[in-house]
Amino acid sequence: MRLKSRNRTVTALLLIAPFVICYLVVFAYPVYKMFAMSFTNAPLIGEGEWIGLDNYIRMFEHKLFYTSVYNTLYFVLLTVVPNTLIGLGIAMMVVRLKGWIQAGILVLFFMPYILPVTVVTQIWQWVLDQQFGVAQPLIEAIIGRRISVFRDPVWAMPMVALVTIWWTNGFNVLLFISALRNIPDDYYEAASLDGASRLQQFRRITWPLLWPVTALVLTLQLILQLKIFDQIYLMTQGGPFNSTYVLLQLVYREAFGRNQGGYASAVAVALFVIIVAVSVLQYQLLKARGK
Amino acid sequence: MGRISPSNILLLIFTLIAACAWAFPLYWAIVTSLKPEPEVVGSLSFWPQTFDISSYAFALFDTNLVRWYINSIGTSVLITGIVIMISMMCGYALSQLVFPGRRVLFLVVLASFMVPSQALVVSQFVLMHKFGMVNTWGGIILPQVIIPVVVIVYKQFFDSVPRELREAAKLDGCGEFQILFKLYLPLNWGITAALSIITFIMSWNNFLWPFLVTTSEEMMTVTVGITQVGDSFGVQYARDMAVAVMAAMPVAVAYLVFQRRVTQAIMLSSGIKG
Repeated sequence: MRLKSRNRTVTALLLIAPFVICYLVVFAYPVYKMFAMSFTNAPLIGEGEWIGLDNYIRMFEHKLFYTSVYNTLYFVLLTVVPNTLIGLGIAMMVVRLKGWIQAGILVLFFMPYILPVTVVTQIWQWVLDQQFGVAQPLIEAIIGRRISVFRDPVWAMPMVALVTIWWTNGFNVLLFISALRNIPDDYYEAASLDGASRLQQFRRITWPLLWPVTALVLTLQLILQLKIFDQIYLMTQGGPFNSTYVLLQLVYREAFGRNQGGYASAVAVALFVIIVAVSVLQYQLLKARGK
Repeated sequence: MGRISPSNILLLIFTLIAACAWAFPLYWAIVTSLKPEPEVVGSLSFWPQTFDISSYAFALFDTNLVRWYINSIGTSVLITGIVIMISMMCGYALSQLVFPGRRVLFLVVLASFMVPSQALVVSQFVLMHKFGMVNTWGGIILPQVIIPVVVIVYKQFFDSVPRELREAAKLDGCGEFQILFKLYLPLNWGITAALSIITFIMSWNNFLWPFLVTTSEEMMTVTVGITQVGDSFGVQYARDMAVAVMAAMPVAVAYLVFQRRVTQAIMLSSGIKG
């Protein structure tokens, strides 16, 4: 009997070993290494010396760090709530259609989400090209002149946000559609019989029942958009005049551009801490929902 | 809600217009890629006046696109295979077996959901450099094989397989590996397909990590490589769009063919059991 239970343990360890080993090497160790490096003056490649909290002190005195934090938060502000509301709006339109029409329209809304980020940014750079872009006549009609959107300090960030919303919105639409489908039709029928208007139905039935998913989408968005880097790097490189410089880009620049592995790790730790804090909040929300 | 009333028709038309406007940039990219370069900058025609596929010929023969395709397909397939295999085995052990440290492992995997892999790129790069894996497939693949949510999804699905099936297999003298691969895996083909497709799409689309770990153009994936085309040949939009269309093709087709699976996988990985 003892032998059998030992055998079972060995089998279990064999089953978890590949995952656990990979996990320790490419996941757990890098987390440790990030914290360890942040207390040294190490270059990207090579050893450094322990310098205590110097990197963190430097970070809090670094103007570009504050710019990056500010721009990251500005980007989050421009994307999270609009992206959630637009997703909800599209889901409410799509869910009322039937059959193949619904499937076809959903494909049109969802397709951008499946594309690589470089494809998305190339397409939008062409669409928004100052000279030949197909969107420029529209921009001209609205604000009276053409703008070089990614070179204009005022417009660059909102445009990156717009492209991001276009790219990632499909995900929100899917989550909202599944939530809307879970609301029984009887609720609406009963409300109609009682003479409730569409708006009243939305406020009294749809919105309360949808709130848990809305909270989930909001927090998922928040976590995702805090990690903004790809679109910025590909469309504006943080410019013009650092007006789109974000946290992850600061990590990238310090590590790979300026060979400051230690300092880059300190900024990465800051990003790490922010995101873990938001994730804990999300977990609490999900737990509350489970009850 | 299925009544045909004027307001419903109005809604349908409005939705259709919104959907077409939403997808218009995609249409515009494809149309542009089929125009000759002078027409691209010459007029805003919504249909090519002359069809010209020379941009695609350029993409195929005058760039490293084929090489990037091989890198992308190779690394994405390997990542998908490894992720599914190691996560499935781990999920099975967590779900069905008793071993010391089981609860700790489960909590650690759950907690890993919160770790933003983007924050780890610096130390992961240092590690890959130590392994001599910069500019290799191994370097692209390794940091992408840990996707904690896949383990948890497998655990949940294995939890709901009836115990009787397992007892019967045991009486027939099957070992744990046999039970996993001959019973639990076949019962969960659907979820395995869904998770595989989404893992493939996500690794194909991954930009930041392959971008950091590949410095030679030969080793780039499609997603990273296509940014090089503009740089070395100047901006020519028909060519850029042809390259973009080709880069997006595999994932777009995978999505269109396996729509239901993709949807299911997205629901599952965001914690909604679909």
